[in-house]
Amino acid sequence: MDVQTLWFILIAFLFIGFFVLEGFDFGVGILLPFMGRDDRERRIVINTIGPFWDGNEVWLITAVSGMFAAFPDWYATLFSALYLPVVIMIVALIFRGVAFEFRSKRDHPAWRSFWDWSIFWGSIIPALLWGIALANFIRGVPVDSTMNYTGGLLNLVNPYALLCGITSLFIFTLHGAIFLALKTTAALQQRAMSFAKKLWAPATLLCILFMIFSSAETDLFGHLGINPGTIPVFSVLALISVIFLLQKNASGWAFFMTSIAIAFSTITIFMGLYPRLLVSSLNPAWSLTIYNSSASDYSLGLVSTVALIFIPVILIYQGWSYWVFRQRVTVDSKLEY
Amino acid sequence: MDTLFLARSQFAFTSIFHFFFIPLTLGLSIFTAILETAYVRTGKKKYRQLTKFWGTLFLINFAVGVVTGIVMEFQFGMNWSNYARFVGDIFGVPLAVETLLAFFVESTFLGLWVFGWDRLPKPLHAACIWIVAFGSTMSAFWILVANSFMQSPTGYTMATGATRPELVDIMALLFNHNVWQQFPHVLAGGIVTAGFLVIAISSWQLSKGTTERNAFESSLKFGAIFAFIGTILVILAGHSQMQNLLKTQPMKVAAAEALWESENPASFSLFTIGDEEGLKDVFSIRVPKLLSFLAYNSFEGEVRGIKNLQKEYELQYGPGNYMPSIVTAYWSFRFMAGSGALMLFIALLALYKVIKESYTFSPLVGALLFWSMLLPWIANSSGWILAEMGRQPWIVFGLLKTEEGISPATVVSSTELMISLALFVTLYAALAVTDLLLMKKYASAGIESGEHTLN
Ligand code: HDD
Ligand code: HEM
Ligand code: HEM
Repeated sequence: MDVQTLWFILIAFLFIGFFVLEGFDFGVGILLPFMGRDDRERRIVINTIGPFWDGNEVWLITAVSGMFAAFPDWYATLFSALYLPVVIMIVALIFRGVAFEFRSKRDHPAWRSFWDWSIFWGSIIPALLWGIALANFIRGVPVDSTMNYTGGLLNLVNPYALLCGITSLFIFTLHGAIFLALKTTAALQQRAMSFAKKLWAPATLLCILFMIFSSAETDLFGHLGINPGTIPVFSVLALISVIFLLQKNASGWAFFMTSIAIAFSTITIFMGLYPRLLVSSLNPAWSLTIYNSSASDYSLGLVSTVALIFIPVILIYQGWSYWVFRQRVTVDSKLEY
Repeated sequence: MDTLFLARSQFAFTSIFHFFFIPLTLGLSIFTAILETAYVRTGKKKYRQLTKFWGTLFLINFAVGVVTGIVMEFQFGMNWSNYARFVGDIFGVPLAVETLLAFFVESTFLGLWVFGWDRLPKPLHAACIWIVAFGSTMSAFWILVANSFMQSPTGYTMATGATRPELVDIMALLFNHNVWQQFPHVLAGGIVTAGFLVIAISSWQLSKGTTERNAFESSLKFGAIFAFIGTILVILAGHSQMQNLLKTQPMKVAAAEALWESENPASFSLFTIGDEEGLKDVFSIRVPKLLSFLAYNSFEGEVRGIKNLQKEYELQYGPGNYMPSIVTAYWSFRFMAGSGALMLFIALLALYKVIKESYTFSPLVGALLFWSMLLPWIANSSGWILAEMGRQPWIVFGLLKTEEGISPATVVSSTELMISLALFVTLYAALAVTDLLLMKKYASAGIESGEHTLN
């Protein structure tokens, strides 16, 4: 395997980390206004992700800096092309990020509610936009022979991309609802369960619809071979199993299954892309690939060494932090603000 | 409006704003860690209270530091795509290493620290904030490795006809002189920023008759020592930086001194009003030989002037204007070094008060101690303005001009840039106001409020 392929896998891995981890805290953020009926309940909802959300967000930051280091042309083309959507996503993440800290700092109801809604919008917008972005990677965008984007905003807004955006939104929300069921007790837990059950059907249907649409709209599956392979099938199966697990109250397993579904869908998309990074809709020869966009072997080797040593270390200490805060957050817990 | 101007304005605005919060959180994380260590070792309640008091102020600012950092991460691709393509092979490396080694550590252990008061044993809890402080320091180091490549490129080859330089020697990148000049200076800048804030708020609490005198007296003591050490370090490091720049970017030094002609021995400008078009002084007060002394630790030695350097660069790089904005470089340097001098004086004053154990302040001394907290901010921002503007017209010194670095106007239009700039300016203004109001609330509420909110 060459270093370019290794980096392609590492970036896919970082995106999986981002979608699986930040996925549930986006979901929790989206559910926040509906889950918590009073200030204390909303505090509990927030505290289920309080210690984790920033660490989860760093998976995104790392994926982006990894794109820069490993495939500078991809980074340059992509973020200049997606200019306004990226601005919107950043603004959303800014509101969300400070909300966690600022919310508790005054007890005026309007103040609290403003930051609660910031968390809501700050979660829903990136959840939607990342789906739209991923779909456009594989569907293709107008990129010319100099790797520069020639389209406008409207090229990015198409039914296929919107479908992918809504799908990711629903799956993340489902994932978040299950996480809440896992981390809360009593009335909150029941509410989370019922949200999860309600969200399951649309999320699963959307996911299947997206897979079908993908084979029509893109060469995603053509690229994987006639047989779509086991991975996308597994991701749909994992989603289907969720409802049975929820009915048995096995929310831990259900959470595991939504994680699998998210991870496998991400793998499907990246496998379909490989060895391309961004498909050009103008001319297949102009697509960005891991070879024409990459950094030198020397730089890639360096960053690979650091990544291969430190990603396991990161997994260990992040895992430890999940272990430290493994208990459910209850109404009687002493709440950290 | 042209896209170059807009992209530059946006970069300057967002990075200066990001760097408004970074030095403070860098210094305050260390300060909070010291206080918590004192608590763990002595078990005294006042240290626990102080840890929470300063911890709350730290967290408020940390949040803003984090969210404004996100903009930075995407901005090179958004507004500077040609630059990103050009330097990606080199610049991307420290940036990626920074996220892997620093951001993960900071964010995870900060979560453990904030939510772990009752779940972790005391020493482990204190270790968490030390790890956060270590992470912030690492973050500063790696970002400065990236920045230093732009200031003084090393460790690369650029084959003739190649479209970009490629990294060939990581050690040369890491041991770039520029890194080891900038890093201590920036770190010390963070320490003084926190130190003066602590002095300001503690002395203000004491003047307004807080009921928690004992705690704030300790806090003032720690703060004064912290600020004093930081000030000495920042000045020494800055001095050595100037000497290094003479070798790597003599034009920056000449601009910072408004030195039009080469001089030997060179004089130091105390106050100059220059004519940038005519390249001459209109009015100037200079101390003879002092610049040579600062540059070489000896009263002799040539310091090259702007006009000579311009000619040298034309020979080396072809026709063009190689002069940065002299007014900006000159005044940003004076603001920074001037603040540094004032800070030394005020740190000594605070130290004197602490040693004498006299914790009542005349209105004048009270005001001095309070408003001195603005000085580090002035120095930090003007320091970056000098570093970055003084490097112009280069974005990567000697390799790429700033105007060649931006995204093509066909990809990112000036309308898009105006929208994003307007959004960021509005949003950041709101953030700044909110941050200040919250700081004011928690700084004046006293110690009990910290106990309350972090529990
Ligand atoms: C509290 C902060 C502070 C204070 C008191 C000073 N500086 Fe500074 N300075 C910075 C904070 C700073 C900074 C923000 O951290 C910079 C920006 C880039 C850098 O490396 O550090 C900087 C940059 C900077 C540069 C440009 C470096 C470059 O372009 O590579 C020079 C030459 C100096 N400083 C020199 C000084 C001197 C001689 C000072 C004596 C009083 C001084 N600084 C005080
Ligand atoms: C250490 C990491 C940094 C890197 C890699 C970096 C990189 C850059 C880049 C790419 C530009 C755009 C080119 C230009 O406009 O000249 C720039 C300009 C600028 N940067 Fe930095 N920067 C760093 C840190 C900072 C910080 C922390 C500040 C502010 C406090 C800062 C202040 C500026 C300013 C004011 C400009 C605008 C200069 C101009 O308009 O020409 N820089 N820097
Ligand atoms: C000397 C200059 C700089 C220093 C000392 C510095 C340091 C820091 C620190 C301490 C944080 C908070 C860390 C955290 O979130 O865990 C932060 C956040 C961040 N900074 Fe800066 N920074 C500098 C310049 C830059 C530049 C030029 C970039 C752009 C590439 C950048 C990108 C970021 C990002 C993406 C974050 C957010 C990370 C998160 O979400 O947690 N920083 N920075």
